[in-house]
Amino acid sequence: MSGLFAGFYSILSWIGSIVDPFCGPVGVFRWLAPGTLLACGDTGWGDDIAYGFVVTASLALATLPVGLLIGFFVALGKQSEERTVRLAANIYTTIFRGLPELLTLFIVYYGLQILVQQLLGTFGYGGPVEINAFFAGMIALGVVFSAYCSEVLLSAFKAIPHGQYEAGDALGFHRNRTMRLIILPQLVRIALPGLGNLWMALLKDTALVSVVGLTDILRQTGVAARVTKQAFEFYGVACVLFLILAMISSIVFANLERWTKRAEMGR
Amino acid sequence: MSAVATMIPPQAPPPVPPKPYTLARFVGSVALGIWLALGVGIFLTVVSGWDPEKFAKYGPRFLSGLGVTLMLVSISIVLGAILSLPIAFARMSKNRLWSWLAYGYVYFFRGTPLLAQLFLIYYGLGSFRPQLEAVGLWWFFRDAWNCALFAFTLNTAAYQAEILRGAIQSVPRGQREGAAALGLPERVAFWKIILPQAMIVALRPYGNEIILMIKGSAIVAIVTVFDLMGETRYAFSRTFDFQMYIWAAILYLIMVEILRNIWSALEARLTRHLKR
Repeated sequence: MSGLFAGFYSILSWIGSIVDPFCGPVGVFRWLAPGTLLACGDTGWGDDIAYGFVVTASLALATLPVGLLIGFFVALGKQSEERTVRLAANIYTTIFRGLPELLTLFIVYYGLQILVQQLLGTFGYGGPVEINAFFAGMIALGVVFSAYCSEVLLSAFKAIPHGQYEAGDALGFHRNRTMRLIILPQLVRIALPGLGNLWMALLKDTALVSVVGLTDILRQTGVAARVTKQAFEFYGVACVLFLILAMISSIVFANLERWTKRAEMGR
Repeated sequence: MSAVATMIPPQAPPPVPPKPYTLARFVGSVALGIWLALGVGIFLTVVSGWDPEKFAKYGPRFLSGLGVTLMLVSISIVLGAILSLPIAFARMSKNRLWSWLAYGYVYFFRGTPLLAQLFLIYYGLGSFRPQLEAVGLWWFFRDAWNCALFAFTLNTAAYQAEILRGAIQSVPRGQREGAAALGLPERVAFWKIILPQAMIVALRPYGNEIILMIKGSAIVAIVTVFDLMGETRYAFSRTFDFQMYIWAAILYLIMVEILRNIWSALEARLTRHLKR
């Protein structure tokens, strides 16, 4: 079984190395920057920065489903008829929208570390514990994202007329089925612009995780800047890479919006 | 000659059916219970770990950090507001060059993380030291606080320019035409008719931007400015006491909540003529 996974993984990494836009056979750094500081391999920082790019993108992509899921349920809680549920959901958003992202990250990173250490301590394990920076970043950013996401989804829920729910009841649908077949498709369409903004904010917030040692774009360029003493160039490269990520996502979101609105087109 | 001789005595209403114990109620109780337990837990750890010596040592530092944060945010918001005016007008200008330049500026500062911009200015400009010394600007960029202020001002100017532009463009065309029909000069029409209406639209985004700046200002701690976050990190690195982060969190939450309440009161007051 593990052999299968290893083979699968090696095929994946081989495909990745072929289509790698930075250091692959048709990569930017390989063709435009040989012999410079951005060259691939041991002579330059191209491959390290490309690795950081992948880490940043994957952190944002891994955070997105976590944040969306929590945000959806918090939004449901906020429009619940039960007062306690509403109160709990509102406390959640108030706290995580009010805290700086960096502080949330530190609280999650060090707090989890202390918590796990104490937990393991009760089982008799006294060694040092280190939480994975990627995991801590995923939780901290996911929590912040979900707090904002719940607000966006709440206003989208409010934009859906009550008659839509009644139509679901009239058709004899179960609540879950009404949600899945009638409400969710409209919700996505209404909430997508807001979610696009949140995704951009998330993409930028991933830079903060470099502070707790994740090897993302900013960390890798920072190391390169410190070693080569060419800080302006390398931080400039970092900014350009973030801009590229922003451009790619704005193109993707524009297409998604067109796709969700395809029913309204041609009228 | 009524058919009814005796009235039926008034009946008590049927008893209210007992509220079913729903799943939502259970979830709500559990969630509130978790929050309550967290609150009590934090309170108890603070009480049990209370150390007057630590409080005397780091309390004033926290307050000075709070002052640094507030000062940094307020100065950069004001300077950014001033800088955002020409950017917003360049963005709306009919001249292609100006509008593209302003668009590029806004796109750059809104598309990259504030942390990367701060590094670009603080560390990046450090590599131009001879040139900066030649033009006599090195004293400014040598200091982390100035660099942070500079980066924040540029960043918030980009966001505020977008807010301003959106607000001005949201004022209906008819308002401008009405002013023109009354024979008002362009300048008067802008200051007396367009801008007041635009500012009401822009009020909420401005509040959000200030809150975002307060939260974003925490990153200056990374470039050795001792704002609230910087003091917290300093205190934590000395004591390894997790309470420091809790104190900082409470202070930040208080700041943001106060601002949010002030802003919503302001908005309610300023838009009272729009209430139906």
